[in-house]
Amino acid sequence: MIVNRLKKIYVALIFILLYAPILTLIVLSFNASKTRAKWGGFTIKWYLSLFQNEQIMTALSTTLIIAFVSALIATVIGTAASIGIFSMKKGWRTFYLGVTNIPMLNADIVTGISFMLLYIAIGASFGFPTVLLAHITFNIPYVILSVMPKLKQVNYSTYEAALDLGASPVYAFFKVIFPEILSGVASGFLLSFTMSLDDFIITHFTKGPGFDTLSTKIYTEVKKGIKPEMYALSTLLFLSVLILLFLVNKTPRKEKKQIIKE
Amino acid sequence: MKKSLVLLLCLCLGLMTIGCGSKSSPNGKVVVYNWGEYIDPDVLTMFQEETGIEVVYDEFETNEIMYPKVESGASKYDVICPSDYMIQKMIEHDLLSEINFDNVPNSTNIGKDYWTQSKQFDPDNLYSVPYCWGTVGILYNKTMVDEPVTSWSVLWDEKYADNILMQDSVRDAFMVALSYAGHSINSTDPAQLEEARDLLIQQKPLTQAYVIDQVRDKMIGGEAAIGVIYSGEAIFTQRENPDLEYVIPDEGTNIWIDSWVIPKNAENKENAEKFIDYMCRADIALKNFDYITYSTPNDAAKELIEDDDIRNSQIAFPDLSQYKLSTFSYLGEEMDEYYNQLWKEVKSE
Repeated sequence: MIVNRLKKIYVALIFILLYAPILTLIVLSFNASKTRAKWGGFTIKWYLSLFQNEQIMTALSTTLIIAFVSALIATVIGTAASIGIFSMKKGWRTFYLGVTNIPMLNADIVTGISFMLLYIAIGASFGFPTVLLAHITFNIPYVILSVMPKLKQVNYSTYEAALDLGASPVYAFFKVIFPEILSGVASGFLLSFTMSLDDFIITHFTKGPGFDTLSTKIYTEVKKGIKPEMYALSTLLFLSVLILLFLVNKTPRKEKKQIIKE
Repeated sequence: MKKSLVLLLCLCLGLMTIGCGSKSSPNGKVVVYNWGEYIDPDVLTMFQEETGIEVVYDEFETNEIMYPKVESGASKYDVICPSDYMIQKMIEHDLLSEINFDNVPNSTNIGKDYWTQSKQFDPDNLYSVPYCWGTVGILYNKTMVDEPVTSWSVLWDEKYADNILMQDSVRDAFMVALSYAGHSINSTDPAQLEEARDLLIQQKPLTQAYVIDQVRDKMIGGEAAIGVIYSGEAIFTQRENPDLEYVIPDEGTNIWIDSWVIPKNAENKENAEKFIDYMCRADIALKNFDYITYSTPNDAAKELIEDDDIRNSQIAFPDLSQYKLSTFSYLGEEMDEYYNQLWKEVKSE
C-alpha cells in the first residue's frame, strides 16, 4: 500500500520536474505584463507581435534551413559511411568507429573554437556556409550511431539472393537493404535535426555578422531580459515537437492495421 | 515513419520560404556589432533609407564574448559598442582606430560630463563616442524599509536578513564592498581586496540570493526589500511598482558607459563614422532612449523628452558632479584572476 503510493508520488514528482518549467513558459507567454512577477491579464499579443518581428522570423527560418539541410546532407553521408565502415575488416571498423565517435564526445566549445580557427586559417568568410558545414560535421556521427545497429540486423542472404536473381548492386541495395535500415536512417535524421536546432556554442563561433539562429538570437537578449515574444515562440516550438512526436508514434500502427486488412 | 518524415519535410520547406531576402546597396555597407536589444529596430531601417548604406547587424551578450571574436579577426566589424573597461583593454591591445571627429559633427550633442567620465578609459577621447550609460545603486521597497537609504551599509543591516539581493558578478559585488569600505572600485591592493572579501562573507548570510536579471522581477513582485540594480532597470521597475525607490549611495558607486568604437580592421570606416554620427543625432538618440530606457548621454535628445518626470528624473539623469562616481578599468589578466579567486572564496563559504 505505502509502496504503491510512494511509487505514484515518485512518478508524479518526475513528471512535475520534467514539465513544470515548460508549463511556466506557456503560461507566461499569455501574460500581458512584461515581467514575470505580475499577471497582467490574458493576451495573445506576444504571438501577434512575434509574427511581425522580422528579426525573429528571419532567425527562425535560418535555424530551420540550417537544421534541415545539414541533417539531410549528414544523413546521406552518414548512411554511406556506415555501410562502408560496416563492410570493413574488424580492426579497421573499430578504428573508424572510434574516430567518428570522438567529435560526438568532444565538448562543443572545443569543436566550435577549432572550427573558428580552421576557418580563419583558410581565410573563409563567416556566414551561412561556415555554419552549415560545421553543423553537417557534428551531425554525421549521430547518423552513423543510429544506422550502424540497424545494419547489424540486416539479413545478408536476402541481398545475395537479389544479386543472384539478376539485380544490380545498387538496385538490390535500395530494394532490399535500404527498407530494413530506413528506421535507423530516419531516427538519425531526426536526431541530427534536433541537434542542429539546439546548437548554440558551435554556431556562435562559426557565424558571421548579421547571421543569427534562434539560439544565438535568444542568447543576445540576456543583457536586457528575454522578450515575451520568445516565450510565445518557444511555446509554438514545443507544440510542434509534440505534434510531430504524436505523428511519429501513431503512423506505424495504422500501417500495420492496413497490412492486416489487405 | 515514412509519412511523418514527409510531413516533416513539408513543414520545413514551407517555413524555409519565410523571410529570405537580400538587398544590395549603392553606398556600400556598415557592419555593426551591438548588445542584444540595444537599439530601436526602426532606427536601422531609417538609417538605410536616408543614407543608402546597408546595415549588417550583429549582436553580442557580454563584453567577454565580443572580445575574442574581434581579436581573432574572425569577423570584420565596422562599429562596435563595448563597455568602458573593455574599450580600455581594446585600446591597450591596439585593436581600435581613432575616430575622425570631423565626420561626426553630431558628437557635440554628447554632454561634457560624459566626455570627462570617458577619459577614465579613453584618456584623450580619441577612440570612443558614448552611447548609453548608467549607475549601479540600491533599489528598495518603501513599504518594507523604514529609514531612508543613503548608504551601502543598509546591505549589511541585520534587520533585512534574507531580504537582500546582490548582483551575481565579480566586479559588481566587489564594487559594493570596496565602496562601502571606502576604497577605490578598481583597487588592486590585496589587503583592501581581502577586506572586501571578508565583508562579502560577512554579508552572505543576510542575502536572499545572488542574482542578475531576477533583481527586477523579484523587486517588482515584492519578494525582497533591497536589491543592487542598474539604474536603467530601475526606471522600468518603478513604473511597474511605485513603492520602489532608487538611490545612489553616498559612498559613491560605479558609472558604466557603453560607447561606439571603430576597430582597426574595419573595412568601411567612413560608413562607420556616418553611422556613429547618425546615432548622435538628437531625434535618433531620443528614439533609442525610449526603446532601451537606459540613460542617454545626448543632451540635445534629453531636451526633447516630453515627459517632465523622466527628463528631470534623478535616476535617469542624476547630476554627475554630486556623486562620487568612477568607471571600472581593465586591471590586467592576473588581477582578474585574483578577483575571481576571491569571489570563489565568497561563494563557497
